[in-house]
Amino acid sequence: MLQTDYRDHVLTAYIDGEIDHDAAVRLRTTIDGAAQSLKPRLLCLDFGRVRFMDSSGVGLVMGRYRQMKLMGGRLRVVNVPDHVYRIFAMSGLEALGVLR
Amino acid sequence: MTIENEMKLSFPSKSRNEAFARAAVSAFIMSLDPTVEELSDLKTAVSEAVTNCIVHGYRHGGGTIYITARILEGRRVSVKIRDKGCGIEDVPRAMQPLFTTAPEEERAGLGFAVMQSFCDKVRVTSAPGKGTSVTLEKTLSA
Repeated sequence: MLQTDYRDHVLTAYIDGEIDHDAAVRLRTTIDGAAQSLKPRLLCLDFGRVRFMDSSGVGLVMGRYRQMKLMGGRLRVVNVPDHVYRIFAMSGLEALGVLR
Repeated sequence: MTIENEMKLSFPSKSRNEAFARAAVSAFIMSLDPTVEELSDLKTAVSEAVTNCIVHGYRHGGGTIYITARILEGRRVSVKIRDKGCGIEDVPRAMQPLFTTAPEEERAGLGFAVMQSFCDKVRVTSAPGKGTSVTLEKTLSA
């Protein structure tokens, strides 16, 4: 469901499968745990393998954005599939400038 | 209104049932041979409605979530998701995008906006202390 990779101060989280409220709670705990111990300059959330997402994914991204800001780092969201992008677009998330 | 097919489900308001609920509804409408996008739209809307029952309706304790899915004449699909939870005081306000009563749980306040965007029609009836019922309707392409 989640693989992480850390190199050159960049923590990349490869999210796999479905993001709903249930999964988001678990993803958040794992990602925040890794970020707090590694203190990356950049947290990169890779959505390339996300097959389903509801608006819980927006909360997950916004929450990590705030976390990284508090820690003095940045967030980037990459490989966003079209079906996921539709929900991000509705949320105003684009304005944060984290989507790639 | 001719009901061509119908299914009913009830399950406890556990978050692990969110995936089950959307998969069950998607399996039910499979006989209509929906497009990938139509299926994804309905799954997403159902997921939002079921999550609302868990996060809001039953926030003071668990309960049962009821789903009635129907296939109506003219490839119309109707899915009713109901809880007997705390209800919504002000439905129009709850339906406003970005309005949420659960920011600490990282809820984005987009549930109803997503349902409205992904379905043709969303009907919400609610009574404080009695529960909430959300009916999603979508006509599939021929």
